[in-house]
Order: sequence, then C-alpha cells, then structure tokens
Amino acid sequence: MVRIIDRRSDSRNKSAVNRQRFMRRFKGQIRKAVADAIDGRSIKDLDNGESVTIPSKDLSEPHFHHGDGGVWDQVYSGNDQFAQGDEISRPLGGGSGGGGKGASEDGESEDEFGFQLSREEFLDVFFDDLALPNLIKTQLAKIPEYKSHRAGFASDGVPTNLNLVRSMRSALGRRLALSGPHSARLRELHAEIEELEAQTPRDDEAIRLLKEEARLLRIKIEAIPFLDTFDLRYNNRVRTPVPSTQAVMFCLMDVSGSMDEEKKATAKRFFMLLYLFLTRTYEHIEVVFIRHHTVAKEVDEENFFHSRESGGTVVSSALDMMRDIVQERYASGQWNIYGAQASDGDNWENDSPRCKELLSQAILPFMQFFAYIEITPGEPQNLWREYEKLVGAHGNFAMQRIEKYADIYPVFRELFKKTLV
Amino acid sequence: MSESKASAKKRTRKQLPAPSEWNFELIDEYHKEIRRVAESFGLDTYPNQIELITAEQMMDAYASVGMPVNYSHWSFGKQFISTEKGYRRGQMGLAYEIVINSNPCISYLMEENTMTMQALVIAHAAYGHNSFFKGNYLFRAWTNADAIIDYLIFAKNFLAECEERYGEEAVELLLDSCHALMSVGVDRYKRPPKLSLEKEKMRQKEREDYLQSQVNDLWRTLPSQEAKASQAVERRFPSEPEENLLYFIEKSAPLLEPWQREVVRIVRKVSQYFFPQRQTQVMNEGWATYWHYTILNTMYDEGLLADSVMLEFLHSHTSVVMQPPYNVPWHRGINPYALGFAMWTDIRRICEEPTEEDRRWFPEIAGSNWRETFDFAMRNFKDESFIAQFLSPKVIRDFRLFAITDDDDETRLKVAAIHDDAGYQRIREILSEQYNIGSKEPNIQVWNVDVRGDRSLTLRHQSFKRRPLAASADEMLKHVARLWGFSVRLETVDDDGNVQRTRECRMETRAAMPTLI
Repeated sequence: MVRIIDRRSDSRNKSAVNRQRFMRRFKGQIRKAVADAIDGRSIKDLDNGESVTIPSKDLSEPHFHHGDGGVWDQVYSGNDQFAQGDEISRPLGGGSGGGGKGASEDGESEDEFGFQLSREEFLDVFFDDLALPNLIKTQLAKIPEYKSHRAGFASDGVPTNLNLVRSMRSALGRRLALSGPHSARLRELHAEIEELEAQTPRDDEAIRLLKEEARLLRIKIEAIPFLDTFDLRYNNRVRTPVPSTQAVMFCLMDVSGSMDEEKKATAKRFFMLLYLFLTRTYEHIEVVFIRHHTVAKEVDEENFFHSRESGGTVVSSALDMMRDIVQERYASGQWNIYGAQASDGDNWENDSPRCKELLSQAILPFMQFFAYIEITPGEPQNLWREYEKLVGAHGNFAMQRIEKYADIYPVFRELFKKTLV
Repeated sequence: MSESKASAKKRTRKQLPAPSEWNFELIDEYHKEIRRVAESFGLDTYPNQIELITAEQMMDAYASVGMPVNYSHWSFGKQFISTEKGYRRGQMGLAYEIVINSNPCISYLMEENTMTMQALVIAHAAYGHNSFFKGNYLFRAWTNADAIIDYLIFAKNFLAECEERYGEEAVELLLDSCHALMSVGVDRYKRPPKLSLEKEKMRQKEREDYLQSQVNDLWRTLPSQEAKASQAVERRFPSEPEENLLYFIEKSAPLLEPWQREVVRIVRKVSQYFFPQRQTQVMNEGWATYWHYTILNTMYDEGLLADSVMLEFLHSHTSVVMQPPYNVPWHRGINPYALGFAMWTDIRRICEEPTEEDRRWFPEIAGSNWRETFDFAMRNFKDESFIAQFLSPKVIRDFRLFAITDDDDETRLKVAAIHDDAGYQRIREILSEQYNIGSKEPNIQVWNVDVRGDRSLTLRHQSFKRRPLAASADEMLKHVARLWGFSVRLETVDDDGNVQRTRECRMETRAAMPTLI
C-alpha cells in the first residue's frame, strides 16, 4: 500500500514560532543591530525590513568535541603522489588539522550570523526602544487601507468580475466583422441564384455550383466562434489608498558645535518617528531639512545629519527660512504642514523672544502640529522658557526635554489626541 | 554492470510517459513499477507514505531535524533562518527528499523536482532507506518506528504544557543544557533485556523504591552516619561509570523536579532515536543509492523509462556519487554516498564475479548468492564494522585511498598507508576507526558523586591518542552543572589512568535551577 499525499497547501510558517523564540532569545544583539541600521538609514526608509548580523559565538550551541592536537589518522582519496612512509609538511594555516573540524560541521564557520528582519520585526524593535504604548504600535504598524474604485473595463480579470453585456457586445462585433465579407458574398450569390432560376430554370449546372459555394460560405460563417476568450471583458477596479492627501514635514536642527553625534542620533529618531506617524495619515509626504547655526540653510538629508559646523546659534534664522519656504511652496492650502525642531537649547539670548514671536505669529497658524525637543541633560535654556509660554495658547504645539530615547514618545501624545483618537 | 546486460535484455514493457513536470497520476504509475521491481529484488519495507511539499515546508522540516512534528526551541529557529538564508541566496540547494524512519515510512518529496527526480527519490528513499530502516539491527534495536511520531506529538504537547506552567524561559534553559549533552546522552550498548512480566512488575516496585532511595541518599548527610561512612569511603556512586550523561541526570540529579526529569528523558529519547543514523551514514546512503541505481536501471532495461529520463537520472546519480580527490578545494573528506555505493556495488561483484584476490580476502562471500549476502550485510553491520569487514582492495584502489598520520609531537605529517598490498589492511582499519563514534567523539563518563560531601559530580574524560577536549568543555560544564544542581568537575585521564587535568564549574548557591545563568 502506498499513500500519496499533497501537503503543499498545509500550514505554512511551521517554523514561525521557533523564529520568534530565536528573536526573543537574542533580543539584545538584534536591538543593537537595529540601532546601527537606523543610523545608516534615511528617515523616510522605515517601512522596510533589515538584514542584521549578530556574532556567531553568541549563538553557538556547545558540544563536547575534540580540539586540535594529539594523534589523528585520517583517510583521504585520490592519492596521486604519495608512497607509504612519505613525510609531508603540515599545510599552512592549519586547515586540515585533524578530525576536530568535523564536529562543527553543522553551521558555517563564519564569524557573523546574518539574517533578514521583516518589516514588522524591524518596527517592533524600533518601537520597543521608544517605549511606545501597544495601541499606538499597532496603529503605526498597520498597512494603510485601500479602497477599490471602478475604473472601466479590462480584458483580463477573475471570472467573478466578468461583465456579460460588454463581453457579448464585443463578441457580436467580432462576429460581424469576421463574417462580413462572407455575408456580402452570400447575399450576392442568393441574388444570382434567384436571377438564374427565374431565367433558365432548367440550367442545373450553374445553379448547383452557386448553391455549393453558398453552402461553403454558410459553413465558414458558422465556424466563427460565438464567444471567444478575446471577447471577454471584466469590470476593472483599482485600489486607491485612503485618505489620500499630502503633507510636508519640516525638520529643523541646530548643528552648532554643542550638538554632538549622540544628540543628533536622538534627534534622528524623533524625526523618524514623526515621519512614520505621518505616513500613516498621508499618502504623499515631502520632507524639508533645515539646519542652522547662526544662519540657516536648506540641505539634503545626508548633510543634515552628518555635517558639522561650529559657532553660535541663532534659532530664528531657521524659523525665518521655514516661514519663507512655507509661503513660497506650500501656501496653496492643499498641504498639511508639520514641523519638528531639535536643539540642545542653546540660543543667543536676545533671539529667543523673537523665535517665540515668529512661531506664534507667522508659523503656528499654518501648521497642523509643531514639536520642539530639547536634547540636554542639564537645566532648561532660555529658548525653552520662551517656548513654554506658547504651550497653553496653541493647541498644535508640543515640547519635550529628552535625555534618552524613551522620552521621545510623550511629544507625540498631543498629536495622537488630535489625529488618531 | 547492469548497463552491459541492458543491451542483451529485451525491452518488453510499455514505456512510461516522460514529461519533465510531474503529476499525481504519474507518481502513482512510476511508484507502482518501482515497487514491483523493488519487490522482485526482495526488499522488505514498511508501508510507504509519500508526501509532496514545497521548498518552504522542506525548510521547516530541516529546522525540526527532519521530523514532521517537534517541540519549539530557538535553535530550530536559528537552523531555519540559516537554511532560508542559504536557499534564498542560492548558495545552497535543498535536499530532493527527506525520509523518516517511521511506520508507515514517510518520504517528503520536493515540489520542484522533475518527474525523473521524483522517480529517483522514490526509489532512493521509499525503497532504499525504508528497507534499511526496517532491516538494520541498530534501527531495530534502538528506534521504534511505530511510535516515534506519536512520541514527538507527546513531547511537543508536554513541553508546551511545561512552558505554560513554568514559563518559556525555564523550559528553554533546561532544553539548552539537554541539547548540549545530546551527543553524550545515548546508550551505546543495550541495557539488560526485559525480564518476565511478573519479575518486571516486582522490579518496577523495587525500582521505584530504589530510585527514591538514590535521590534521598544524596541528601542523607546526618552526622550519626559518620562511622558507616568511613567504611564506605571507597564506594563510588554510581558503582560503574555511566556513559549516558542524560540518563544519569534523569535518574539521579537530586534537585530536578519531575517535569524536568521528563524533559531530560524526552531529549534523551530523541537523541537515541537519531543515534543509529549517525552510525550508518555510509551503509545507509550507499544502500539507498545502490538501490535507486539498480531499480531505475532495471526499469530502463525493461523498456519502461525513456532515454531522456535515463540521461537525466544518470546525471543526478553521478553528481551524487562523485568523490573529489584530496587536492581540490571542494574536497570535504570521504563522500559517504560515493564510498557506500562503491562498496555495495563491489560486494555484488565479489559475489558474482570473484577474482583470485577476492577469494583470498573474502572467502565467505566470494561466489555466494549476492542477495543473501546483501541482506546479511545490511542487517548486521554499522559503518565501522561494515568497512572493517567489506572494504575491498579494489575499492581502495579505485578511490586511491591513502592514510595520513597527524601527530602533534612530530613536525611533519606521515603517510601511514596507501593503496598497495602492504596498505590495504591498514587503510581499512583507519577508515573503520574514522567511522567509530566512540573514538570520533570524546569519551566522557560519569565517574563519581561526592555523596557525603558537597554532592559534586565528577566526570571523567578518558583521553584517546592524546586528543584534547576543545575549549567548549568549560561551557559544557556549566550546562552539566545547571542540570546537576551542584558543582561539576571534569577530569582528563591519560592512557595510564593518571589524572592530567581537571576543569571545574563551582556552584556556590543552591538556588533553583533557572536562575543560575
């Protein structure tokens, strides 16, 4: 007896649980790998998986086995030059040193164990670091919803979408087109036959030939298929994401000498998270990077995070620039405008009141949301004190002092209250 | 050989269709013929169950050591990830098939295989391996083909229950330690056979009392026994060294909870189940390869197989039995498929067309009935003894085998033997030894428990040809200590019985197991 079973449609992902176990077990290493990955990524590039590597020795599974040394006899194949008693120098690099090698054949002997994190797994680790509440995590991680709309007809599709009227109509057209010449000739023949029969009823031969031709034509016409796959029309539907609106996000960062790499890394996470929130709500997002010390400059992302300047700080220069850009490019009212500012709080003393004015008069009225984070372990600076006055007056303004990554999230609480509840 | 006869035989049967795509009807048709031919050769098999799976399912199967069900553990996830990585990048192909020693014998066939490959793997797995599983003494003695799947289901459920009750982490750490000891968790020799039912019942009672008393014994440290203790100072526990560490721990570790003992037992049983496979690689793969080759050739001779099928088959077959020589970069030692196939083929040659040399070397089998000799050899040997018994000078010559002695006291390697009259016997011995698990893996046994002192466990490593233990031994002691619950020592003993080196893993606290690491 034999049983032949098709298992191909059986449950997939049997190893999913083991994979999860693996991820949990090496959470520490994976988290570190993800942190490294984030530093190397664009802030717009969060929605992909990541390939991470962790050191092999961390996940070795030990066994008792022999080390190098002692006496080993080993048989090899393909002798082409040796005779018994020959002596050979040891191969360099100790490659073949005895049978000890055989014991660790289960894995590759690389130093690194690399693998691919899926988008979900990657975000999970990313969120974990930022101490996001679970509800928010699921909201952020969800794929945007799509709505499907009718969009005419297509010549291929699934049977359920078959449009009968359209299909029949094109079948009819095709039949007419293909049988046209034959039908015309057939009509002619009929006319001729009638004529001949009227004139010379006895002339069998000519009439018989014409009738034969007419019969063949009818067969040809009948041979044209009633319905061909070529005729089939399907209702076409396209998927469009909802809601489909656009937003622009301004990233403002202080790049004066006091902002070191670590502070920039914190700022980067802050910008990333904001971007991620926005991707959940808006289909199309533009990002504008403005960095400043005493003067502001619009730059690309690479320069934004990685170039370093020194000197004093005039925050209002960046705000001025932001205001100008908004008026120039995003004033049409079709844009949802978001702003995020990161700084260590140092500002030229007389400039801070001006910043407050700029924000409340020229910027905040046009904004959906503006967030300020001050990355400093020390006392709040003058900018902070000025900005504090804005919190009550403007509902779309949030600020937060940040020492570690987990402090970033509270800034967004405001945002969720407005958009996600 | 079968090719030479091929031309002589008349092609009588109707040729089977030979598309490259398979379908279920065709598999059934091919299988019927394969079975007919296999039966005509007298192959005795478990009933077959052929299952078709996708590449992804094949990777799942890889990850759970080839079994259809298994308990959950991170190491299987690691295995899956690395398999998947290799496969996705195209660095590694997946096996065409996996076969499970169970009754019915389950063969997994990959959906990607062509029809020819399906025929090859059905002959290879469902008749080659299957008959080996059913016949070979190691499999008969150590594995229970009827029960293995049920046992794994039990194990999976039991461990899931434990995780629920005691936490995933506790179970995971316990499994880590048990997995580490898997290779020293097998019985190499049969324990005494079962007694009659009545005696067995009596002994069961005794055993319960005894086991309990053993466990208690470790605890009984009342000062009033000091007088007796001096008498018994020479007595060791266990009285005989125990080679199965997991068995010893299951039965004697003082601090383990009942569920923990059961987990140790499960890992031990699984390890024992795979032990015969580790010992019969050359024989088993060679046997299966010999039979797929013979069965498909017979079918071709009968006119069942199209030439295109045969050519594709021969292409796969020859890549499987290729033996790269020592001096190419892709040399990975002796290919068990190649050696096994060559040996079985040669045994048949010795039976059917013995030379004078064969009569000298194999007086018992030269000229005998090849089917009977095959059956005898398949049933009663493992790699080590199979090579010691049947490796013929001709195979040694064909492979141009030579032996190298690598002594770390010498500055140069030495060629111990080559394929000449003086060397055949020596090469046979060395190769046989190479497949002896007893010398391939370090010999580590439970030596003593300090019953009256700190309850520390002493293991002994009997060194063999001065081969040292790898550095992982220190890590391993932590695992043993985690299971044992008290300090563990590992003594390395040289050939004269002198203790050379001692490693130790001290346990100061008696905290519950999972918190130790």
